Amino acid sequence: MRRQGIMALALGAVLAVASPGPGARAQGLVADSSRHLVAITTGFVGTDVLLFGATEGRGDVVIVVRGPTRNEVTRRKGRHAGIWVNEAEVTFTNVPSYYWLAASKPVDKLLKPEALDRHGIGVEHLAFGTQARLGEKEIDAFRQGLLRNKVREGLFTIRPRDIAFLGDRLFRATIYFPANVPTGPYTVQVFLVRDGRVAGAQTVPLNIAKVGIGADVYNFAHDNSALYGIIAIVIALAAGLFAGVIFRKV
Amino acid sequence: MQIYLPIAEISLDVFLLLAMGGGIGFLSGLFGVGGGFLMTPLLIFIGVSPAVAVASEANQVVAASVSGVFVHMRRGNVDFKMGAVLLAGGIAGSSFGVWLYSLLRAIGQLDLVISLSYVAFLGIVGSLMLAESVRAVLRRRSPGAPRRKLHQHTWMHGLPLKIRFRKSKLYISALLPLGIGFSVGILSAIMGVGGGFIIVPAMIYVLGMPTITVVGTSLFQITFVTANVTFLQATNNQTVDVVLALILLAGGVIGAQFGGLFAGRLPGEYLRLLLGAFVLFVGGVIMYILVAPPDDIYSIGRVAGR
Repeated sequence: MRRQGIMALALGAVLAVASPGPGARAQGLVADSSRHLVAITTGFVGTDVLLFGATEGRGDVVIVVRGPTRNEVTRRKGRHAGIWVNEAEVTFTNVPSYYWLAASKPVDKLLKPEALDRHGIGVEHLAFGTQARLGEKEIDAFRQGLLRNKVREGLFTIRPRDIAFLGDRLFRATIYFPANVPTGPYTVQVFLVRDGRVAGAQTVPLNIAKVGIGADVYNFAHDNSALYGIIAIVIALAAGLFAGVIFRKV
Repeated sequence: MQIYLPIAEISLDVFLLLAMGGGIGFLSGLFGVGGGFLMTPLLIFIGVSPAVAVASEANQVVAASVSGVFVHMRRGNVDFKMGAVLLAGGIAGSSFGVWLYSLLRAIGQLDLVISLSYVAFLGIVGSLMLAESVRAVLRRRSPGAPRRKLHQHTWMHGLPLKIRFRKSKLYISALLPLGIGFSVGILSAIMGVGGGFIIVPAMIYVLGMPTITVVGTSLFQITFVTANVTFLQATNNQTVDVVLALILLAGGVIGAQFGGLFAGRLPGEYLRLLLGAFVLFVGGVIMYILVAPPDDIYSIGRVAGR
């Protein structure tokens, strides 16, 4: 964990210098997070990660945090014979499992829509793929449904969170990960915006992983599912017999 | 105190889970029912995904029924021959059920089928319990009512493959217990229940088994069938949460003891009346969820695989 942290710092420094921002001179951004590994343990109920950094000179900052992408099925219910039944589904590809956004000003005032699309800033600007053969309007309704569900699960941020500035240059923001946060490699992108353009960018690595007994159980259940099943049965049998012995009434 | 359940992938309060285990355990001790058919809906109500609720509850039922099997074995109340035939049907049925379950999950209709099965079975069982207990209450008030004939000959006795079950004093077609085992096996896989609330009446009224061997033999079959469901759910769907099952079990064991203490002190008819009403209530809540307009007609689900 410590080595990862040091590597991240080094990587951050390299990126800060070498990242090919649109402006040739304009780099001027350095950022890091308080943690590079969020460990989901048995007592995990959600956590904060502090992201902090400094800009060289004035500028606005936008932070985008993305979880590993995956395919997400969105289903629509319809009323049939009085009950609500899933009647149609659309599979979206390339959906980040987690999306968090913070900005020092409203993002549509900072950047043009094309730039927001290019950098995926704002859920409306994320490019989901789909192969569903439905009308554009219908697909969009499914897309909105997907976003609503993700917001309800606490995994998507629609309205950008605030970034606190200390003076002109130092900034910090607190990223919240809820208890149901998906695991895997995350990307934290920090953009420096000047004069309506992205003048610099830096990526801070972040990993969310299950650790401890919970992780062992999960991995074991997936990697050795047959043995896991047998052990589950044996534990249940043992627990049942044990309970029976303790409470035996003659 | 929150605990992160590794397979369910959510955090829940340990004491809430213990209380649920204890409450359902109390009912099972009081009424002599398994309680799986009440626990699975409760787990779904508190936010466990139906897939994990069903599979983990099957795991818990293994533990809940095994000690009963030994108690009944010591008393010689298990008809092993009948149990084996029921079990053969049960293994086939539950294997088919888990296959069906995976299929339904893939096409997005699993939750609906689980809910509908619960509405149907809780509705039927609750109504039957209510009706039966009301009759019993009335009979109690007017003693001397005629007793029902125990054993009647019907078309079922003309089926082939007749086998003699000495312990149960029956000479019936093996197809009957096979069929019952198969049907209950499917329910066990899809609803995460032992199926005692179906198999016990079926053994008494369809097979005509003497009541004394029914409970032990059904527990024998339920232990193995739910073990089979646990194994198949673990290998096919990875939805068995051992931690969840163990917490529920811990609460359940204690609750069942208290339930057992109370059971002897309260009149059976009124207890069954109460349980029947409760079962109907749970079924009603699930029905309401199906019928009421959802908050959002769009929902999301993961694509199979990690």
